[in-house]
Amino acid sequence: MYDIAVIGGGPAGLSAAVQARVRNKSVLVVSGDDRDTPLYKTPRIENYLGFPQASGQDLLKRFRAHADQLGTSRKEGRVLNIMPMGDTFYLSIGSEMEQARAIVLATGVIWANKYPGEAEHLGRGVSYCATCDGMLYRGKEVVVVGKAADSPQEANYLRELGCKVTYVSDKPPDGLRPDIPFVKAPKVEITGQGKVEALRAGSTTIPCEGVFILRPSVAPADLLPGLALEGGYIQVDRNMATSIPGVFAAGDCTGLPLQVSKAVGEGLVAGLRAAEYVDHISNSK
Amino acid sequence: MSIIHLTNEAFDKAVSNGISMVDFWASWCGPCKMLSPVIEDLAAKYEGKALVGKVNVDDEPNLAMRFGVMSIPTVIFLKDGKEFDRKVGVMPPQAYTAVLDSKL
Repeated sequence: MYDIAVIGGGPAGLSAAVQARVRNKSVLVVSGDDRDTPLYKTPRIENYLGFPQASGQDLLKRFRAHADQLGTSRKEGRVLNIMPMGDTFYLSIGSEMEQARAIVLATGVIWANKYPGEAEHLGRGVSYCATCDGMLYRGKEVVVVGKAADSPQEANYLRELGCKVTYVSDKPPDGLRPDIPFVKAPKVEITGQGKVEALRAGSTTIPCEGVFILRPSVAPADLLPGLALEGGYIQVDRNMATSIPGVFAAGDCTGLPLQVSKAVGEGLVAGLRAAEYVDHISNSK
Repeated sequence: MSIIHLTNEAFDKAVSNGISMVDFWASWCGPCKMLSPVIEDLAAKYEGKALVGKVNVDDEPNLAMRFGVMSIPTVIFLKDGKEFDRKVGVMPPQAYTAVLDSKL
């Protein structure tokens, strides 16, 4: 059990982690592949105060070193669900589960736009977790829609389980097994009556029973049912508190501008308020 | 009574009478682990009123196939052995109690 679980390892999440560690709270940061962090992909940051001409990768490295130095625990993976259970939140991360007293969402830009047919077929052939559901598709045709840097590895895993995998992505995958066919398409549509029957990718139709849509992070509204949004972003107040007690948010997932300084500042507030929240629930027991 | 682990052989007889709620899960599934305490809690709460069981899809692939379980966790509700509702994915406890209470 951790005091605070931070979802996302970009500037907002790491800033929240640093603040919470300074307050002596145990902190777990869960983040996906580095290559999916926008900061990692930004060659030059012009406006981060005191660091003119910083490179994104260098800043990220410094942020991470700072959080590590203060004793932050880190785990690589994708958070699939968060569920409040009394004073505790349960988080599922791939095949594992963790618990925390408070949550900071720092998931980055929200992937709210679902593909046509995606929501209707969720649990009826559409899955967000290869580790969880892969075994149920052994010997069957599945499509991996790869949106995250580690998607090719997930596709390889499904292939190794015995699924007949086709990989669909808008750019050529890095590290995909050569025996997995790759279809280049920016947009897909999932079709079927009651269950998935095919995936349409551009002009190609791929018959399949399962579609694994692997984005860098699960949309916050899917992570935490009932979380209030505003204009497509997570609704927060001045304390970076969301509509769910004990859940805070910071960075790009709360809205514009999508800037490092703003993320770091919001992360500070969220980390601090989350630490206070943990003190409050501990004292009221 | 604690939770009942259902096998392919025992399944039909176990759910043949009254209201049952069956959680399809596996050990390699994080969300299933998360749901597990909820299911255990409900097993205690509905003791004598409904059967609360679990099916390990790894051990019982035939049951998973028969019910067309395509994503886990999936919770299936049955009355006298016939499915009348299902919930796919992790939900808060109220989502399950609402279904059970509607038939009890």
